[in-house]
Amino acid sequence: MQYLTGQYNYWVVIILMMIGFYIVISQGNLVKKMIGLNIFQVSVFILFISMGYLEGGTAPIHAPDYSRYASPLPHVLILTAIVVGISTTALGLALIVRIKKAFGTVEEDEIQSMEDTQ
Amino acid sequence: MIAHLPALQVVLPLLFAPVCVLLRQHTLVWLVTLLVSWAVFIMACLSIPVVFDIGPLSYELGGWAAPWGIEYKLDQLSAFVVLIVTAIGAIVITYARQSVTHEIPRDRVYLFYTAYLLNLTGILGVVVTGDVFNLFVFIEISSLSSYALISIGRDRRALMAAYRYLVLGTIGATFILIGVGLLYVMTGTLNIDDLQQRLVDLEEQRTVITALAFLTVGISLKFALFPLHFWLPNAYTYAPSVISVFLASTTTKVFIYVLLRFLFSIFGASFVYDVVHVDRILLICSVLAIFSGSLSAIYQDNIKRMLAYSSIAQIGYMVLGVGLASVTGVLAGIIHLFNHALMKAALFMCMGCVFYRIGSVSIGQMKGIGRTMPWTMAAFVIAGLSLVGVPLTVGFISKWYLIQAAIEQDNWVIVITVLAGSLLAMIYIWRVVEAAYFQEPDIGTDTAGHGEAPPMMVIALWVVIIANIYFGINAEMTSGFARRSAEFLLGAWP
Repeated sequence: MQYLTGQYNYWVVIILMMIGFYIVISQGNLVKKMIGLNIFQVSVFILFISMGYLEGGTAPIHAPDYSRYASPLPHVLILTAIVVGISTTALGLALIVRIKKAFGTVEEDEIQSMEDTQ
Repeated sequence: MIAHLPALQVVLPLLFAPVCVLLRQHTLVWLVTLLVSWAVFIMACLSIPVVFDIGPLSYELGGWAAPWGIEYKLDQLSAFVVLIVTAIGAIVITYARQSVTHEIPRDRVYLFYTAYLLNLTGILGVVVTGDVFNLFVFIEISSLSSYALISIGRDRRALMAAYRYLVLGTIGATFILIGVGLLYVMTGTLNIDDLQQRLVDLEEQRTVITALAFLTVGISLKFALFPLHFWLPNAYTYAPSVISVFLASTTTKVFIYVLLRFLFSIFGASFVYDVVHVDRILLICSVLAIFSGSLSAIYQDNIKRMLAYSSIAQIGYMVLGVGLASVTGVLAGIIHLFNHALMKAALFMCMGCVFYRIGSVSIGQMKGIGRTMPWTMAAFVIAGLSLVGVPLTVGFISKWYLIQAAIEQDNWVIVITVLAGSLLAMIYIWRVVEAAYFQEPDIGTDTAGHGEAPPMMVIALWVVIIANIYFGINAEMTSGFARRSAEFLLGAWP
């Protein structure tokens, strides 16, 4: 039981990651795929952030009452990774807009059949 | 000046990318891109003698010393890869002008050059940086701009190719991020040299092995190692010709470099080869890549798609070198980085010239084209021979070292694989040669507008062809660089 609860943050990460991954693989709708991809990325952000956390720790500000600090570096890294994630999503959605204009649909199997006949 | 080279190489294209957006005018934007591409190439040439004779160049960003701040570093391996990338970049942009105006809608041309410069920034950053998180960010800069570059042309199928590449590329990059995170948990550092020192005591930890697994899979997805290659054929086929040239000859090479960097500079050869035995997996994947890529290439009617499948096979050769687990093997892998960049650039440039004239790269349309485009098709034949591995071309040098490395270990299966791969390459190159020289154009085909491609494109193409022959005859320089890089990577191992 200790094994399960003591590392619950990792379980959350793994469950989210698998949900995201499954959506990317199973969904034929391009927008839903992007959502899956986002969930997949966010799970990794949580992995990083929870790694930097220390029980009872505060923000790393020097004050007389506090002596336990959470590591700020993973948080800073994830800020950057979030920006990267947003740019990926924006580019993916922009591509979907152009795909919709060019093919008239955002369903992968319909696009596939149009590509095969081209 | 020399001390600032590692950072300048990355900053220069990054600074001029927004300048392109402001300028907008076609020729002007092309000129700026051309100048920047040649400037970074000259910088790479300047840094080579310093790095190989004196020692690695290190640059501390913002004056923060290494394990705390981000360090940019040019050592034996990265200086060599930077030279390859910038050389290809310079020649591709010289070649690009007419091809780009022909294939890309007028209102997007300046955006094309902007995205190209960002892509160059990204891949140079990946090679130069000495910080693994910074490496992830640069991977994403180069990947995002390459998705945009693939989708920029007129063919609507390019959009789906770019989208699929985006999904798989992001999964790969996220895997790399997970690996970096796990390494950070174990060591508390992101600097490559620092990681190497701290990981020595942690080799038996399961987290470190997990990190290695995530990193290997993520990076392999990025350079399309069999069976993670499904995004590649469509992306290379439907991208604008110039981008096919650039991506095929630089991006995959840079990710092979990333793999070498993680395996040897961070985890270390003894951990990778003796503890986890990554080499066995790489060996199996690369042999399968050589056969599946070459066999698929034989059945393609679209020549760009054929070359894309051939790239999958050639990536197999590079990884094969790493999988052979010896100095000669890694040397063969590194020298094939350089040689494959030269031959694939030439082959895709030929297809760019053909597409410029006849508007198609399918084999049925290319019948008898050897007579209307003599220079282009002669170049295709030479580059094709180089791909097969005929003596006096660079391809032969790669195969020579690969077979030598396999014989060293008495691994005859690998020797046969390399030779069989060459024979299969002969078959798919021959199909094109046969159509171009020994078949008459179909009756009713309009050949009125056919002729040689614009001189600028043909000259750039022939510069690469001459490099193919020169480095095939005089391989002293390239094999010297590759040997020193391999020795530097493997260090005291075994």
